[in-house]
Amino acid sequence: MRAELDRSLPARVRAAVAATRAVNALSRRLGTGSGTVAGGHAGLAVDPKLLEHLTAGRRVALVSGTNGKTTTTRLLAVALEGALGPVATNATGSNMPTGHVTALAVSLPGAPAVLEVDEGYLPGLVRTLAAEVVVLLNLSRDQLDRTNEVRMVSNRWRTALSGSPVTAVVANADDPLVVWAASAAAKPTWVAAGLSWRKDAVGCPACAGRVEFASAGDGGWSCACGFARPRLDVVLDGDEIVLADGRRYRLALALPGRFNRANAVMAAAASSAMGVGWEEALRRIAEVDEVAGRFSIVEVGGCTARVMLAKNPAGWRELLDLVSPGGRPVVVGINARVADGKDPSWLWDVPFERLRGRCVIATGERCRDLSVRLRYAEVAHRTVRDEVAAVRAAWMAHGGAAPGDGRASGEGAGDGADAEDPGGAVDVDFIGNYTAFTDVMARAAARTHA
Amino acid sequence: MSLRVVVVHPDLLGTYGDGGNGVVLVQRARWRGIGAELVEATSESPLPTGDLYCLGGGEDAAQAASADRLRADDALARAVERGSPVLAVCAGYQILGRTFAVAHSRPLAGVGLLDVSTSKGAGRRAVGEILAEPLCAQLPVLTGFENHGGVTVRGSSVAPLARVEAGVGNGDGTDGAVSGRVVGTYLHGPVLARNPALADLMLSWATGLTLEPLDDAEETALRDERIAAVRARRARRGLSRLERYGRYGRGRS
Ligand SMILES: [Zn+2]
Repeated sequence: MRAELDRSLPARVRAAVAATRAVNALSRRLGTGSGTVAGGHAGLAVDPKLLEHLTAGRRVALVSGTNGKTTTTRLLAVALEGALGPVATNATGSNMPTGHVTALAVSLPGAPAVLEVDEGYLPGLVRTLAAEVVVLLNLSRDQLDRTNEVRMVSNRWRTALSGSPVTAVVANADDPLVVWAASAAAKPTWVAAGLSWRKDAVGCPACAGRVEFASAGDGGWSCACGFARPRLDVVLDGDEIVLADGRRYRLALALPGRFNRANAVMAAAASSAMGVGWEEALRRIAEVDEVAGRFSIVEVGGCTARVMLAKNPAGWRELLDLVSPGGRPVVVGINARVADGKDPSWLWDVPFERLRGRCVIATGERCRDLSVRLRYAEVAHRTVRDEVAAVRAAWMAHGGAAPGDGRASGEGAGDGADAEDPGGAVDVDFIGNYTAFTDVMARAAARTHA
Repeated sequence: MSLRVVVVHPDLLGTYGDGGNGVVLVQRARWRGIGAELVEATSESPLPTGDLYCLGGGEDAAQAASADRLRADDALARAVERGSPVLAVCAGYQILGRTFAVAHSRPLAGVGLLDVSTSKGAGRRAVGEILAEPLCAQLPVLTGFENHGGVTVRGSSVAPLARVEAGVGNGDGTDGAVSGRVVGTYLHGPVLARNPALADLMLSWATGLTLEPLDDAEETALRDERIAAVRARRARRGLSRLERYGRYGRGRS
């Protein structure tokens, strides 16, 4: 989308927008980047307040949390587009101000903005942009080589929200760290969206005591100091959404997994807070079948692979649950570049034991770390460092056809029983952390889907 | 026999996958036909008795809470008196000392099982790969990852675990501390996965047995890769420093 420059903007802002667009176009043409960060830098150099200027007069929704930001941002943008027309959004996951500037610079003037925001940048943006809605998904350990005290992040969110009474917050009531931050907001909407990773949530953010989760599975929790799960406004109950006033909506998604149902209910609650009806939002959300390549089905290594991204223990736990009912081979790719975090110790927080009995290939630059982890999980596996060769090896080990033989015959037993299985078209599941995922996507021959 | 491996306060300590050390110990015992169980001893209950204890790393508030609970209960000290080995990494290592520091606080009392004291360092956090030559046992070079802001000073009654080849460790060129069968180190996370010989040393202390070797092909491949990566980076850096300052220039260390 290439929008006309808004003539009502001051000259400096127009110059900054022009710089953003020009540098992005250049960066794309030179192949030095995807053209989202460099342009943002250029624009902010011309006008340091460019973000405030570009959001002035727009309705702004911000989405943050450790997991699910990119997906929830996309679902919210899609939900709003039906009722409000085109929105400005950073769909590629460039979730810092440079990415925000680029998304806004190429959008229609005045279009509502739906922005994915890095957890650390959220407090600053809440304050400067006077956001209409903020969606808070969850907080857990991520990128161990950075400062990542999740309690500190929660406190910073809390301070920012208490200083922004105009902001409506849509918050996951099942995560105590999110509730601590959001309970300082003027009008929180509490959504029981679930929390599969509780290791970072047991220390009470209010008193440093201990949060106890109810043993019965409704996700209730409380601390002796009185800090407890708030009264729920929205409950995700399997495939159904139940509102406090008794309304019920079916949640049918093209995206797989429990975590995507959680992302969807958060997005729908946020669009409701922005005046779009639940039914309309859910109808549009249901059609999204791929987000920034995640869950894409691609041709790679001579076969068809479903490619998935997991960045931290909470994300891995969700994806292992998703693939574990299937019988097809699983390729697990681990890198430890700057974007991944240079410390792969988190592998020991992931329940790889769930892959026992499967055909598993360890790949990526840190496949040796993964291989040791799998040994102690007693998961039989092979190690193939190159990701594409690994996908191919998994397929061949599972009875894949030689090149040129047409469709693979290597469907594993039990695939048909998996309700979330995208069908018999997939030969191999690939789960990678960030750069392992992006490497495979870049090397995939062609997308067959989405 | 059945060996009880106790992971101490996994709800408070264990930020860096440190629970993996307990898994490594249990599996390496089982693979030799020694019965072993993993006991996750969360902080709301008194510490159970065990044959081997592991403590992991943690955030400031959690570290202080864990130290409080361990001091209120002398179970760990009694276990050490009985001769049970203890492996403590990162924040867990600091807790076992006389005093330690968390942000914006005066020094806090530790459990006192190691004659060390830790203060907040003035400089940047030590974050990165660490390589250290063990000083007090027939162990091969230790490889791991460290991530801490503490500077640890040893008292006279405790030996360092290792001499640092690359990385920071205690801050004085050594890493960790050893007193009897209590071992502290800044090599966090699954230090035993990268250093199976250290795991076997702890296991032989706990069982009194001479352990037969295991086929550690995966661990050996990982160790070789990490050690080579760290040494290659040091060599590159050393070379560029040499080029920059010339033969007579002053480099650090
Ligand atoms: Zn409390």
